[in-house]
Amino acid sequence: MPKDGSEVRLDGQGNPLWLLLELTYRCPLKCAWCNNPLDFDHYRNELTTEEWMRVMREGRELGALQLGLSGGEPMMRRDVETLVAEASRLGYYTNLITSGIGLDSDRLQALKDTGLNQIQLSIQSCDEALNDELVGTRAFEVKLDVARRIKAHGFPMVLNVPVCRQNIDQAPKILAMAEELSVDYLEFANLQYYNWAMLNREELLPSRAQLQRAEVDVRAARQRLGKRMTIYFVVPDYYDGRPKACMNGWGSIHFTIAPDGTALPCQEARVIKGLAFPSVRNASLEWIWKDSPTFNLFRGEAWMKEPCRTCSDRTRDFGGCRCQAFMLTGDASNPDPACSLSPHHYVVREAVAEANAPGRWPRPLVRRQAGAITTAFAGE
Amino acid sequence: MADETRVQIEERYEIHPQFLFRWEPSQEAYVLLYPEGIVKLNQTAGEILRRCTGRMSVSDLIADLKAMFPEADADMDRSVRAFLEAANAKGWVRSKA
Ligand SMILES: C[S@@+](CC[C@H](N)C(=O)[O-])C[C@H]1O[C@@H](n2cnc3c(N)ncnc32)[C@H](O)[C@@H]1O
Ligand code: SF4
Ligand code: SF4
Repeated sequence: MPKDGSEVRLDGQGNPLWLLLELTYRCPLKCAWCNNPLDFDHYRNELTTEEWMRVMREGRELGALQLGLSGGEPMMRRDVETLVAEASRLGYYTNLITSGIGLDSDRLQALKDTGLNQIQLSIQSCDEALNDELVGTRAFEVKLDVARRIKAHGFPMVLNVPVCRQNIDQAPKILAMAEELSVDYLEFANLQYYNWAMLNREELLPSRAQLQRAEVDVRAARQRLGKRMTIYFVVPDYYDGRPKACMNGWGSIHFTIAPDGTALPCQEARVIKGLAFPSVRNASLEWIWKDSPTFNLFRGEAWMKEPCRTCSDRTRDFGGCRCQAFMLTGDASNPDPACSLSPHHYVVREAVAEANAPGRWPRPLVRRQAGAITTAFAGE
Repeated sequence: MADETRVQIEERYEIHPQFLFRWEPSQEAYVLLYPEGIVKLNQTAGEILRRCTGRMSVSDLIADLKAMFPEADADMDRSVRAFLEAANAKGWVRSKA
């Protein structure tokens, strides 16, 4: 691709660029890798339409450009259209992140009319039986139908395929399905192992051989499709030996608001115990972003430990993911153990080895469902 | 770098409808917004894309830019076409039949 220097490095100049609203944790599907909290059903007091409007206004005043409406299933809320209309008025590029359930033609048209810019639809397989087994209910036919109607309404579409051991070998067929649906962006999303995905990690983690095969398929499809379809596929951090540049750094450009108004530097941040996350119910987005202790905690480099502190890669990956560091080492300021230089890297190597152990006893997947588990004794 | 620019001076370019192109006051720059992405443009790139409305031919676009930046180098024709070629390859713009 020709390079031309027309792009200027974009950072938020200290301000957020991405505002992600998790409108609700309610959802009719039961994905065993869902990154919503394990106790998602305990969140009852969702922000009101008025409160979300204020959040969007304040986010825009801080300079946010991209708005994500996600969840849970955002279409479970009746006010998505109202929120999209306000987002358009404010000048956001508005993305709807949906399972497709509830996106009937009337609502799709209303979203088009109110100025929604793009839709990211998740699909789990190219095969009805596998898709529906993975999400725990009948959904595949609806998703396919929704995909066709999204294109018929002229929306740019991202097809998001969460990648796991159970579906990754279908990569060639999934690529063909995406092509047939005229998808603009196909995202093979590596599972991030938090919450439900962490609970089921041993069953979900693909093998290195599977990933390598998929990579070959993706490369061939990129050659064939050129700019007709953009395909995102990267080696997951568990196999890469290098951590992901998570969120471009804590409190750098990402701002997430949970259904109850809790403000988070990333969707998963509540896995870090002992932090006080501010709420938009009693603080402005400006104060939360600029002044709250929690958003400032892992900014810059002062918090880093060795080897990150003196590593030349620290400006590229910011020491990886704080949530993963906490979850796997007990201290959020440790280097992300996905990094091969981390003294804790063995925990990731062991997880990979266990998931791939020959003769391993396969465990059932625990579906995301209220009552499936209790967190009462997990120190929540 | 593209070996030979294929952009023809009689062509009319428009922003690809998948992209949202607009001035962003907080960045003091033109930006392109698209699914999962933000591109902040430098001044010249912004001025070129601003004229990609599908109504102006490439030659008119160049003439317009020359009027706006009279002291710009003589190589403007070539660099504008090279930029459009690159923008086209990235899917930002497309030629209107
Ligand atoms: C949490 S969902 C919310 C929107 C909607 N319910 C859906 O699933 O499409 C947002 C996106 O994250 C993806 N996702 C869910 N759990 C994930 C995980 N553990 N790691 C990576 N992506 C995940 C989903 O496939 C979806 O595209
Ligand atoms: S990932 Fe699955 S269970 Fe979780 S919110 Fe999305 S559709 Fe629902
Ligand atoms: S040591 Fe730290 S900064 Fe260096 S690559 Fe590993 S995680 Fe990144």
